[in-house]
Amino acid sequence: MSADKRYSIETSQLNLWYADFQALINVSVKIVDGLITGLIGPSGCGKTTLLRCFNRVNERYGNVTTIGEVQILGKNIYDSDVSLPELRKNVGMVFQRPNPLPISVYENIIFGLRIHSEQRRRKKSQTDEIVEAALREVFLWDDLKDQLKVKATTLQLEQQQKLCIARLLPLKPRVILMDEPCSTLDAKGTRAVEELMLELAGHYTILIVTHNMAQARRVSDECIFMLLGEIVEHTRTEDLFLMPKSTKTADYIEGRYG
Amino acid sequence: MPTDTVPSSTSPDSPEIIEPKLMFTATEQSRKKQLTENIARCIFFVMTLLMILPLVLIVVYLFVKAAPILSPEFFFMNPEKGMRAGGIWAPLLGTIYIVIISLLVSAPVGVLAAVYLNEYARESWFTRIINLAVVNLAGVPSIVHALFGVGAFVYFARMGRSVLAASLTLAIMTLPVIIASTKEALGAVPMAFREACWNTGATRWQTIRGIVLPNSISGILTGVILQVSRAAGETAPIMFTGAVFFKAISEGDVLAYGLFDRFMALSMHLYQLSTQVPGVPDALEYGTAIVLLGTVLMVNALAIVLRVYLRSRKRW
Repeated sequence: MSADKRYSIETSQLNLWYADFQALINVSVKIVDGLITGLIGPSGCGKTTLLRCFNRVNERYGNVTTIGEVQILGKNIYDSDVSLPELRKNVGMVFQRPNPLPISVYENIIFGLRIHSEQRRRKKSQTDEIVEAALREVFLWDDLKDQLKVKATTLQLEQQQKLCIARLLPLKPRVILMDEPCSTLDAKGTRAVEELMLELAGHYTILIVTHNMAQARRVSDECIFMLLGEIVEHTRTEDLFLMPKSTKTADYIEGRYG
Repeated sequence: MPTDTVPSSTSPDSPEIIEPKLMFTATEQSRKKQLTENIARCIFFVMTLLMILPLVLIVVYLFVKAAPILSPEFFFMNPEKGMRAGGIWAPLLGTIYIVIISLLVSAPVGVLAAVYLNEYARESWFTRIINLAVVNLAGVPSIVHALFGVGAFVYFARMGRSVLAASLTLAIMTLPVIIASTKEALGAVPMAFREACWNTGATRWQTIRGIVLPNSISGILTGVILQVSRAAGETAPIMFTGAVFFKAISEGDVLAYGLFDRFMALSMHLYQLSTQVPGVPDALEYGTAIVLLGTVLMVNALAIVLRVYLRSRKRW
């Protein structure tokens, strides 16, 4: 790797336990700014856990101990002066199952803004613009411009998932974490979301957990293979799939286990 | 050398070959299964009918017996002539008082405690103890609550036997059930909504205020309202803490009781009429009973209507 790359996420010696079970072991990775990085590995290898470390939402799920450093844009997010709401505003997350809130499309998109600027009443024209811009960015505007008042939970799954991505954009995040964002979508929805990701790359650093090897190859620039809580290999996607250095990686991508 | 590789083509378990025409006709065995099925369905249906029957019978019977006395005056007159005449104004108003005051106390405490337990508290020995306490408190017999009320409110807090002491005793009694039903309502809100909120940086309170409460309010209110009927119907907890045999109040005045007054209540009144006073006209007893039952049924119906209405507005 050349030295002039900028990294938006750097972890060093990251260890994480759920009660007594160690889910991450000495994880040290550097995620390049503005690229799409894929996280692959068999179920239970810690991909999702690692992803959730980056906005510290792990801590909401009970008995979790984290040791080590996670620097995002140069700042260790486990420092005591880090505000979780501010962190999560800048590091957005998209889930496996689309989870729009049970409110209108419009309200879903400005939900984040409302959360972060309660006092300031925004003008209607201003929020209208924000909603339109966010929906345009995820190619939903033409589909939904007449349905802004519709309850978001009644949309098609593909639209819901795009909406969940659009919901993050008004907060101007730097990093978007995606946890198997296409696993509940059909082929057409998957392609649409993948196209959207490629479009968003560059503006945002995107991390995507996926079980779908083909998807990892299609969308990611770099790829990380994890096994049993450890990073096995992290390199350019083409290299990982064409000439894996580790035999474990080779076994996995060729479908011998996982 | 592997010995188990030879497939046996004539396994004893292989199904016998049936003539295609007979394949789908009922056999002796399937006829038997169908018979059992019919009997089972019949029993379940009869049991369901049995459940409705008593309610219908009770309501009809009470109405017939109480018919001669049911009139507006019956509601707005105090009991007279040693309880053998007059109406139910004093006990009716007393019941309304204790129900409202007890819920004013138990609903906020119960709902907020449940929100804490469900939304904030993590699984630990402390929350486990609290949850255990809630479950067990819900199972404590009402007479035990009554004795607690006498000790804690009447004597220790020096409220005397009063509207307030009785209301607080009822509040203690309804509290655990409100906590349990509220927790259930909150638990029914999908976790995905909370995750979505947290991941946009919402605090727990913003999540609760913006998403969790609006989507669970129907369940919470239903749970609270159902406790109205319980508070209205219980006799034991108020018997020692403030309800009295007789107290005349000004008829038609809704502010007739003070917080520290003794009071009459419908459930207690009914108990006195039927056991303590000889020569009470039947209609008076049944009239009191139907008002008590009517109040409870009306409140329950209100809960159902409210739930249906609030549910129709949410969808996920």
